Amino acid sequence: MSQLTLTLIQLGFLALLWFMVLSVASVMRSDLFARRRAKSSARADARAARSAAKASAKAGTGTRPTPAARPKPGRGSPRQLVVTAGAQSGLSVELGATPITIGRAEENTIALDDDYVSGRHARVYPHEGSWVVEDLGSTNGTFLGTTKVTSPTVIPSSGTIRIGKSELKLRK
Amino acid sequence: MNAATAGAAAPPRRWAEAMLLVPALVIGIGAYAQVGLATDGSLPADFWAWSAVGVLLAVAAHVAVRLLAPRSDQALLPVVVALNGLGLALIARLDVAEALRAAARGQPVPTPTAPSQLLWTVLGVALFVVVLVVVRDPRQLQRYTYTAMAVGLVLILLPLVPVLGVTINGASIWIRVAGMSFQPAEVGKIALIVFFAGYLVVTRDALAVARSRVLGIDLPRGRDLGPILVAWLVSLGVLVFENDLGTSLLFFALFVTMLYVATGRRGWIVIGALLFLAGSFAAYQLFGHVGARIDTWLDPFADASGAGFQNAQALYGMAEGGILGTGIGEGSPDLVPYANSDFIIATVGEELGLTGLMAVLVMYAVLVERGLRAALAARDVFGRLLATGLAVVLGLQVFIVVGGVTGLIPLTGLTTPFMSAGGSSLIANWMLIALLLRVGDAAASPAPAPVPIVDDALTEVVPR
Repeated sequence: MSQLTLTLIQLGFLALLWFMVLSVASVMRSDLFARRRAKSSARADARAARSAAKASAKAGTGTRPTPAARPKPGRGSPRQLVVTAGAQSGLSVELGATPITIGRAEENTIALDDDYVSGRHARVYPHEGSWVVEDLGSTNGTFLGTTKVTSPTVIPSSGTIRIGKSELKLRK
Repeated sequence: MNAATAGAAAPPRRWAEAMLLVPALVIGIGAYAQVGLATDGSLPADFWAWSAVGVLLAVAAHVAVRLLAPRSDQALLPVVVALNGLGLALIARLDVAEALRAAARGQPVPTPTAPSQLLWTVLGVALFVVVLVVVRDPRQLQRYTYTAMAVGLVLILLPLVPVLGVTINGASIWIRVAGMSFQPAEVGKIALIVFFAGYLVVTRDALAVARSRVLGIDLPRGRDLGPILVAWLVSLGVLVFENDLGTSLLFFALFVTMLYVATGRRGWIVIGALLFLAGSFAAYQLFGHVGARIDTWLDPFADASGAGFQNAQALYGMAEGGILGTGIGEGSPDLVPYANSDFIIATVGEELGLTGLMAVLVMYAVLVERGLRAALAARDVFGRLLATGLAVVLGLQVFIVVGGVTGLIPLTGLTTPFMSAGGSSLIANWMLIALLLRVGDAAASPAPAPVPIVDDALTEVVPR
């Protein structure tokens, strides 16, 4: 085998290694690109689906939302979740199709600055026309009125959610 | 529910993975062909048989992933196949060099390593499939958090059992069963990742509580220092009783990284770094072998034919390789002791050059990136921490061993995942990839829809 052939094989092999790397990169790129496209076309849909999937994943593991009250959405349904007591008192969040997470971490929809609140503390999400509060395994618990929330529970229209030193209410 | 319709989209057909497997297999097979062509002028005698085994293994793994984890990442398996194939070919290449050298000296030809490595690869792929079959949902591992801790510790400490343990080259990290030596800590690392993930899911909120703020960094409370101190002591124990720097460093770095990821507090990194510095300084003063490693690192050429021989030969080899390398089969990587296990990266550097070495390192980076991506996509905290730990341990291991071989950090002696000769490392890493695919698959799968129940004793019903 001549040295020239061997050198060509050697260079060909290095090219092959990088061909592999670039092919992997192109698969990763198309992966990212496809996701972005899906997001821009149906961003709201995807987000709602993802969050509902999250909620149901949690529910599927053992705790299930209790469909006690099933008000029809419309005239009487709440529009806002308002912090009524605590450091962030007055803060309000519009209720939409997506769940609202509450906790100390900044990534939460409602970030409470309170040492008694866990990083991801609780979640409020729509379920069959009503709003449900679910504790996410917090250290100090989530309370609805004076009852500790152990499984996802429907929030009554006059109910107060207590998390750490803060209180939250649904508003129309 | 929206989730049912959006999430229930058909899983991908995995053509991307199938397409990527082609160049991956050509890398392994082509490298093996080169070994024969460059050293002997013809293809190796068992070339077609080996190629067939390689193709069969890759197809088997691909079919298993299609059936068992159809929504998982498509780049992981091809990259692993490429690295494993390249590693096998380089080990076979070093066998040829050993045989030639022995023949030139009139000594008996040593047993080649490559056939047993191929057997371990078969076993690795088999266990890869077994893990995919047994672990159907990553959350099922969370139940075994403390079992995993016990298993992990037993596996790490097993080499200290008098009859089982074997000391090779001063490190007591092997056990010998039925004539086969095995490094149980390699499998133990996966068990420990499962434990760290399960443990941090429960404790991360408490561990994230800040006590005081120094220089813009939140420091944790004193009484929360327990876990990190235990991890530190266990790592020091591995160092003192098993003389294994690499494993010790890997475990401690892994724990500190997962602690940081779980709590988001930079204070843990600071504390981990301080403990690490204190431990390494003490080890440098107290243990001769640690001191020798550091001296060799500071100047490998001070005693280039003695203590620094291995490092110096590796550096000479990589210098010989230069940008494009000498070509597979045309360098002399066998001059480096343990070229086929801890120093396989030096062989890559010599025969494939900087160009090839960079390609290999980018492939490892891809593994880590895809692992972290699976972690980001995971729905539950346990899955996130598990995937993070698995990806981080791969990255750390490559960093520690490549850093050691290239002289960036003191040499600590770990295997290069998927490439080094050594069965325990190979099968452990195949299992690790199976778990990563499982987390990715679970993250992309549709969630089960909630089933309404009528138990509403605690719920206040407000009539409208």
